[in-house]
This record gives sequence, C-alpha cells and structure tokens, in this order.
Amino acid sequence: MKKLLTTTAAATALLMGATGAQAEGKLAIYHWFEYIPQDLLDKFSKEHDVEVIMDTYDSNEAMLATLKAGAIGTYDVAVPTDYMVSILIGEGLADEIASGELSNIGNVKAAFTDPAYDPGLKHSIPYQGGTTSFSVDTAEYTGDIDSTDIIFNPPEELHGKINVLDSQGEVLALAAVHMGIPQCSTDRDQLKALNDMLQAAKPHWASFNSDTAKEVLAAGDVVAGMIFNGYAAKARETRETLKYAYPKQGWVNWMDSVVLLKDAPNRENALKFMDFLLEPENIAQVTNFARYTDVVEGTAEFIDPELASMHESNPPAGIEGVFVEACDAETQAVYDKIWTNLKK
Amino acid sequence: MAGGATSGGNAVTDTYKEARNWLLLPAWVTLGILVLAPVLLMLVYSFLTKEFRGGVIWEFSLAAYDQFFFDRGLFGDDPAKIEWTYIAIFWRSIWQAGAATILSLVIGFPTAYFIATRPEKQRVIWVFLITIPYWVNLLIRTVSMRFLLRDEGPLNSFLMTTGLVDAPIHMINTNFAVQVGLFYSYLPFMVLPIYAAVERYNFTLSEAAADLYANKWITLRHILLPAVKPGVVAGCILVFVPSLGSFLAPDLLGGAKNFMIGSLIEEQFKGNAGNWPFGAAASMILLTMVLIILVIYARAQARSDKEAG
Repeated sequence: MKKLLTTTAAATALLMGATGAQAEGKLAIYHWFEYIPQDLLDKFSKEHDVEVIMDTYDSNEAMLATLKAGAIGTYDVAVPTDYMVSILIGEGLADEIASGELSNIGNVKAAFTDPAYDPGLKHSIPYQGGTTSFSVDTAEYTGDIDSTDIIFNPPEELHGKINVLDSQGEVLALAAVHMGIPQCSTDRDQLKALNDMLQAAKPHWASFNSDTAKEVLAAGDVVAGMIFNGYAAKARETRETLKYAYPKQGWVNWMDSVVLLKDAPNRENALKFMDFLLEPENIAQVTNFARYTDVVEGTAEFIDPELASMHESNPPAGIEGVFVEACDAETQAVYDKIWTNLKK
Repeated sequence: MAGGATSGGNAVTDTYKEARNWLLLPAWVTLGILVLAPVLLMLVYSFLTKEFRGGVIWEFSLAAYDQFFFDRGLFGDDPAKIEWTYIAIFWRSIWQAGAATILSLVIGFPTAYFIATRPEKQRVIWVFLITIPYWVNLLIRTVSMRFLLRDEGPLNSFLMTTGLVDAPIHMINTNFAVQVGLFYSYLPFMVLPIYAAVERYNFTLSEAAADLYANKWITLRHILLPAVKPGVVAGCILVFVPSLGSFLAPDLLGGAKNFMIGSLIEEQFKGNAGNWPFGAAASMILLTMVLIILVIYARAQARSDKEAG
C-alpha cells in the first residue's frame, strides 16, 4: 500500500514536472532512505540546471518489487546493493553504459573496477561500501565478541537479549559464514543443518528489527544486535560501550551501487549525475553523511578524519567477508522455506 | 454532493428521484475502482504462476493455494501433509486480534457509558478528548508506546523509583506489548459506536426496571445490553478486523519474531520471497474468513430482529 502511494506520488510529481518545468531537464532518483545529503542534490541541481526528484525505499526487495510492478521507465537511477545489482541486470532492468560515456569512471579505485556483481562496471558505479556483522554492549557482556556464536550459539548471558536484522539475505548469509557452508548450497544435509541451527538459535533472540537496529542497541533493549558498520558507529555515539564485532569466521560485505535503469527518461542527466558522484569532493560528502566507505581515488582530503580511523571502518587484515549471493530459483525456494520456518 | 442535498430542502427524495442513479454514480465508481477492482486483481493473481523474484506469469496455477494448505517438506518432494505453518500464523493473528477486542470492550464499554451519561455539553468535550491522540500518525504512536514500555523506559523507571518493583518488568517484545499496542490503536473504534448507542438509549427503561426491583446487574444484562448491542457488535468488528491485518504493532512492539497475517502477506510482496500469487492467495483467504464472520453476524442479527419485531 505504502509503495503504491509512493509510486503514485512519483508519477504525479513527474506529470506535474512535465507541465511546469523551469529547469533545463529532470533527474528521477530511486534511493534508500537517509542515504544522500540534500545539500549534494541541491549542488547537482544548480551545477547542471536540473530538477531532481527523489523517492526512497527501505529494502532492496521493495525496490525490485516497485520496479517490476511498473515503475521502470519512471526513474533514471536506483541504488541497489551488490547482489541486487546482478539481479537487476539479470532481469533486464539495467541499461548499459557504453565505454566513454562516463568521463570520471577512471576515478574508481582499481580493486573495484571489475566486481563480480557487475563485471567491468557496465551498468553501475560503486556508491558506498561497508560490512554487516553485529555490535555488543561490552558493559553488559565482557566475554569475547569476535565470533558469530554471539548471534547463532549465544552464551547464556545473552539469551533473550539479541536483535537480528529482519532481512533474509543478510541473516542467512551470516548464518552460512557461521557454519562454514556456501550461501547457495544445494547439499541437502547442509541445508537441513542450517535449518536446525537457526531453529535452535531463535529462542535466544529477542526481536527481528532492521529499521530500528541502531535504536534497540542504543536504547539498551538488547545487548547484542546485527547491524551495518556505519549504523553501528552512529549507535556507539549514543552508547559508548557498544563495540562492533569482526567475527573470526567472517562477516558480510556489501557495496551499494548507482545503477543506470532501463528506459531512463533522462538518460543524459543520469550519466551526468553518475559522473558527479565520481568526483572525490562529492562522493566524500556522501561518505561523511552516511559513515560508510567510498571507493573513489582522492577522497581522503575531504573525509572527516575521525571516520578514517574509527574501528567500524577498519576490518582486521587476514579475515575475509563475503558478499550476499543471488541463488537460482530452485535453490532460492529452499532458502525462502527456511526463512518462513524461522519466522512462523 | 453536500451542496445539492442541502439546497433541496425537505423534498430531497422527490426532487432528485429521477437523478438518483446519477447521484449515486460517484459512489459506485469510487467503490468499483477502490474496492472491487483491487480485490478482483488479487483474486486473479492468486491463481497465476509465480515469477521468480516477484511478478506473475499469466498461466493458471493452484500452486499458491497448494502452498498454503499442503506441506511437502524443505525440498518440496516429500509426500504432501497438511501444512500447519500458515494456519498457525492465521490462528495467532486471530487470537491476538480477539484478545485486543476483548480488552477494548472491557475498557471501552464503561468509558462509552460514562461519556453518554454526562450532561450534554460535557459529552462533546469527552468525545473530543478521546480523539485527540488520534490526530497523531499510527506509526508514531506505536513507536512512542515502544519507548514507554522498554526496560529502561519511563514506565519502568517510575516503578523502580517508587520502589514498587526491584527489577524492570520486561514488557517490550512480548505478546502483552502487542495487545496493549492494538488496544491503544483501535480503542476509539470501540468507544464511539457504543457511545452512540448508549446515547440513544432511553434511561427511563432503567428506571422502570429499578422500580420493578431489578438490581443493577440485571438491568445491565437484560435491559441496557440488548438495547445497545448493535453498537457493541459494530465496535467489536471495527476493532477486530483491522487488528487482524495489522503488522505495525506486532513488528514494533512484539519484535517481529513471528509472522502475523499482515507481515506474512507483506513479505510476499516486499520481502525476499517475492511470491505475489501466494501473497494474493493469503489475502483472499483472509478476506473470505472475514466475510464469513460478517455474514454469520448479519444473519444472526436479521434473525434476532425478526424475533424482536
């Protein structure tokens, strides 16, 4: 319902824009909530004489559903997470960027120019990257926090004091890391073991919350909670004893990317916007706002020095995180069933 | 619409007799577009084939209903058994909504009675006071309730400073919190219809009953309650039905540990599952259930009216 309303509102806004536009052109962005500073949008708007319209979503899946329900052709760009970038490409919802169309593409750090989710960056540019694990209030729990056991096999002190994200992809990916099994496993014994492990862990959890993942930790509703690293840093500002964990088994990595959408009504402006975000000064402003990490060369001088040194943005060397994988239809059906079992 | 009705004066029905169908047209169009069309769309979608990651393929399929009623194991190739998962989710929601309705009734009835028995000028103020919290968005009220109930929240701090309890009473993320949330969200829907019924009640009937040596309980049970029953039933339906489909209170106050009907359906469209036909089928099953309850009520009502008349 909410989505229908936003979609309708977007359509109305676009129609109204079409009749009474004053600016040279328009740009319609479909973005996560609270993920880009308004100043930056205003700056783009001014520099290129473009009217910027933005709608927001609160999960990758919600964005996909809206696009598939008919919003494709309404927006120019969207900002999905890595695995969702490959899903959008697979679904034919992403447009291709020809080489030479983005003049600032060379600014992307070399390590990120050929990601598995979009080889050769043919459809997207990296926006913000980070990790997902969990934070623990060290005033309440003094044991070792750097293990996924905190969530999936918690010590007695943490029973009933754990929040997990209400997000199938991230929870099941971290569960796979915990068990040391592949994410899109087709091995029946592994899948059964995963199901059993989650069933055994659930009674120790207090809640499934994503939107309030930061708040439940900061307010002391729970002692341990799954969370994104930038969000964890914001939670720590409220409750100093919170510590973000880097489990020895690994964690979840992610890279949100700006994707050029198929049938973009203002394709030219979309490319201008992507170039704009590849300028160090601009993307640094996003980084300072969202507290994650950008992968553009030359941003160091614009970035809040505290951000560079903080624990949440500096994973230890020697342990690797994993990206959430997109499974095929048949495998995904089993994972959907495991998730339903977990929440039934 | 309002303008047309007032300018007509006393002879409204006669004056506009010929135009009646045209005057009803806006209402029919609204109902058709906003109620009938979405429900039909859901009905059609529930019989289509699911497309991977959201969307439908236009091929007839009973897979959505099959998924609801039959369990074929984790890998979908065990022999079919009855699927209890979704029935349990529906049962949980019904139970939760029922408890919230009873709680609203227990608190709402005396409140409505109290308001209806005040002098006429005061009643307006009381009704006004009841509606004040509802000027604020439901989401904000639910989040505020979360803030009040939490372990380190004002309610527990108050109880602890006054020495009534030694440790905080754990309320957040429990069924109790969900019921309080639902009760608080929908209380006016209980109070207002009962108030309207009690206000119309002729209190000389109670006096007559007292004159005939009926005690207060008997007067309430045999005179007042039958007279205001339509208001009570309307209130119960108005609280029960939205509680049944709600997901804000279960998510924010109950911790979203278990699916409710509302969140189960939401997950099919917005979540990872992306199973639109199943979401549509679950919606249709819920709709059918509510319709059956309403039809049973309407029939019982018609029967008792007949007996009374």
